[in-house]
Amino acid sequence: MKSLLELKAVSVSFDGFLALNDLNLALAPGELRAVIGPNGAGKTTFLDVITGKVKPTKGDVLFRGQSLLGISEHRIARLGIGRKFQTPRVYQNLSPRRNLELAVKGSHSPFALLLGRLSGEQRDRVQELLAVVGLEASASLPAGSLSHGQKQWLEIAMLLAQDPDLLLVDEPVAGLSDEETERTGELLRHLAGDHTVLVIEHDMDFIRELDCPVTVLHEGHVLCEGSMEVVQRDPRVIEVYLGVEDDDSLGGVSAAAGSPQEMS
Amino acid sequence: MTITSNSAITPATFLRRWWPWIAIIAAALILPFVLPPFRLNLLGRFLSLGIVALGIDLIWGFTGLLSLGQGIFFALGGYAIAMYLQLDSLEPGQLPEFFGLYGVKELPLFWQPFNSAWFTLVAIWVVPAVVAGLLGYLVFRNRIKGVYFSILTQAALLVFFNFFNGQQKLINGTNGLKTDTASFFGQMVGSDAMQRNLFWITVLLVIAAWTLCRWLTSGRFGDALIAVRDDEPRLRFTGYNPTAFKTLVFTVAGALAGISGALYTVQSGIVSPQFMAVPFSIEMVIWVAVGGRGTLIGAVFGAVLINYAKSLISEQLPETWLFIQGGLFLLVVTALPDGVVGWWRQGGPGRILAMLGSSPATATYPGLDLDPEVQAERRAIESRAIAEESGAREIGGEP
Repeated sequence: MKSLLELKAVSVSFDGFLALNDLNLALAPGELRAVIGPNGAGKTTFLDVITGKVKPTKGDVLFRGQSLLGISEHRIARLGIGRKFQTPRVYQNLSPRRNLELAVKGSHSPFALLLGRLSGEQRDRVQELLAVVGLEASASLPAGSLSHGQKQWLEIAMLLAQDPDLLLVDEPVAGLSDEETERTGELLRHLAGDHTVLVIEHDMDFIRELDCPVTVLHEGHVLCEGSMEVVQRDPRVIEVYLGVEDDDSLGGVSAAAGSPQEMS
Repeated sequence: MTITSNSAITPATFLRRWWPWIAIIAAALILPFVLPPFRLNLLGRFLSLGIVALGIDLIWGFTGLLSLGQGIFFALGGYAIAMYLQLDSLEPGQLPEFFGLYGVKELPLFWQPFNSAWFTLVAIWVVPAVVAGLLGYLVFRNRIKGVYFSILTQAALLVFFNFFNGQQKLINGTNGLKTDTASFFGQMVGSDAMQRNLFWITVLLVIAAWTLCRWLTSGRFGDALIAVRDDEPRLRFTGYNPTAFKTLVFTVAGALAGISGALYTVQSGIVSPQFMAVPFSIEMVIWVAVGGRGTLIGAVFGAVLINYAKSLISEQLPETWLFIQGGLFLLVVTALPDGVVGWWRQGGPGRILAMLGSSPATATYPGLDLDPEVQAERRAIESRAIAEESGAREIGGEP
C-alpha cells in the first residue's frame, strides 16, 4: 500500500546541532502510530518539519506522494494535515463554540469569513463536537476559563472540526485524569481507520492502551519500531531511557514504563 | 446578547440598551446650537480623531498590531482634501499662492486630478488605503511582528515626515496647506455655518466608521482577528493565512485614518507635515489605550476625552498637560488594562461602590452572585428550565 506520509532521510540542523538526523518514517493511510522518545529526541521538531514550521536541511517530506518542502504552513494544513500542540493552545478570549467555528472545515479566506455564513452542516458539526467533548454547558464562556483537561479536549475537538486526513497529536493526555485519558484513547482508536493518526506521548500506559505500532526516536533518529512489547524489550531502548546497561535494566524499564509521565 | 426570547422588550430594557445612541443623537442635534462656535469646532475636530482611533483599535485592540505610524495615512487624507480646496477656490489659470514663492510656473502633474471633487472624495481614503495595504503586505508577508512592527511603522512615519517637510515646490513643505480661507460652494471653509455642517458630517462619519468596525469585529472574521492577536501560529496550522487578514485590516485602518485626517484638516484649517510628527502618532495609541482596547466605543471616547482634557487644561495650566497625559497612560497601563470602557463593562463602578462600603444587593453571596461564570451557568439552567416548561425542544445555544 502507498504510504500517506513519508519522511525520507530528513535532517534538521540548528546551528550545527542535529535535531533530526537522517530520519526515515512512513505512515500508511488509516494507520495509528505512536512516537516515543526521551526528551530532546526531536519529537516536536519532527512535527514542525511535517507541518512546515521548520524546513529540513536535508531530505524530503512527502504527503500523498507530493513534496511538502517550501509550502507554507496554512497551505499544508489545507492539504489535510492537522496538529494538536503539546500544551493546549486554544483561543483563550473566544468561547469554545467560536473556537470550533474558526476551526471547522470550509473556506478560510477573509472574504468568506466576512461575507459568508456558516452552513447548517457546519453548525451541526460544531454542536456535535461540543457534545462529543462535553463542553455544551460552557460553550459560551471564554475558553480561558476552562480547566486544563477541558482545554485539551477543546483542542482535540478543534482538530476534529478541521477534519484532516492526517492528525498529528502531541501529548494529548498530559494533565488529564485517568478517566479522561481512557476516553481520549478510545477517541483516537476510533478515529484511526478513517484518518491517519500519529500520537506523541510520554505516558506509557496510554500508549499500551492504544495498542498500535510504536516508533522510538533518539537523537533525531529512528531507534526502533514495533509493538509496545517488542520495543520495551529492545536493549537499545532500555539504554537510551535509563542510560545504564546492567542486568537490572529490564525490570527497571518495565517499572519505569508502567508509571505514567515519568519522563515528562 | 443574552436576551431570552420570552422576555418582552420593555421601555426600561430598550433604554438600557440604546441609551448611548440616544445620547449621541441628541447631543449631535442640540450641541451645534448650544456650544459657542469655537467649542463646537473643537468637538468636531476631536470626534474626527475618533475615526483614526477606531482604526487603531481595529488593528491593535483586536488584531494585536501596534502601529506607531498611523500619522502617515492621517496626513495623506488631510493633504488630499487640502489640495482640492486650494485648487477649488482659484480663478481659471491661477496657481495656489505658495507656488509663486518657489518659482513654480505650472501645476505639478499629481495635483491635476485634485481639480475634481469626486476624485478627491475617493482619494481621501483610497490613497492612504493603498499605501497601508502595500506597506502592510510587505511587512506581514515577511512575518515582522511585535516590537519590530512598531519600530518599522515609526521609521516609515519618519521617512514620510522628512519627505513632506522637504518638498516646498510640490506641497509647500513645512508650511503645509491652508484650508480655512479656501472657499467651498461659495462659502469660506472656516465660516461658522460651514463648520457646523462639517460637525454634522463628522458625527455621521464617526457612526459609519463605528458601524464598519463593529461589522468587521462581530462575526467569524472578528474571531479570526482575535485569533491572530492571541495565537497566530495556531491559526496558521488551522489553514488560515494570517497575512491576508492582517493586510486587509491594516488597509481598512489606513482608509479610516485618511478620512479622519481629511475631517481634521478642514476643521482645523491647515494640514502640515506636523500631522506626521512622531509624538502625534503615539498619542493616537494612548487615546485607544485610555478609552479601552478592543472596545470600539472606547476608542472614540478616549480620543474625545483626552483631547478635550488637553485643550481645557492647556488653557489653564499650559505646562502641565504632558505630565497629566503621561500619568494617565501610566494609570491605564497599571490599573486599567482594558481602559475606561473595559473597566466600566467589567463592573468597575460597582467595585468602587463596594470599596466605599455600599456593596451591591445580592441574593446569596457576592462571591457567587457577581461571578460571571456562575451567573452564566445559572442563566443556562434557567433557560433550560423555561424551555422544558414551555415544551420547546430547542435549548438556545446561539452565541
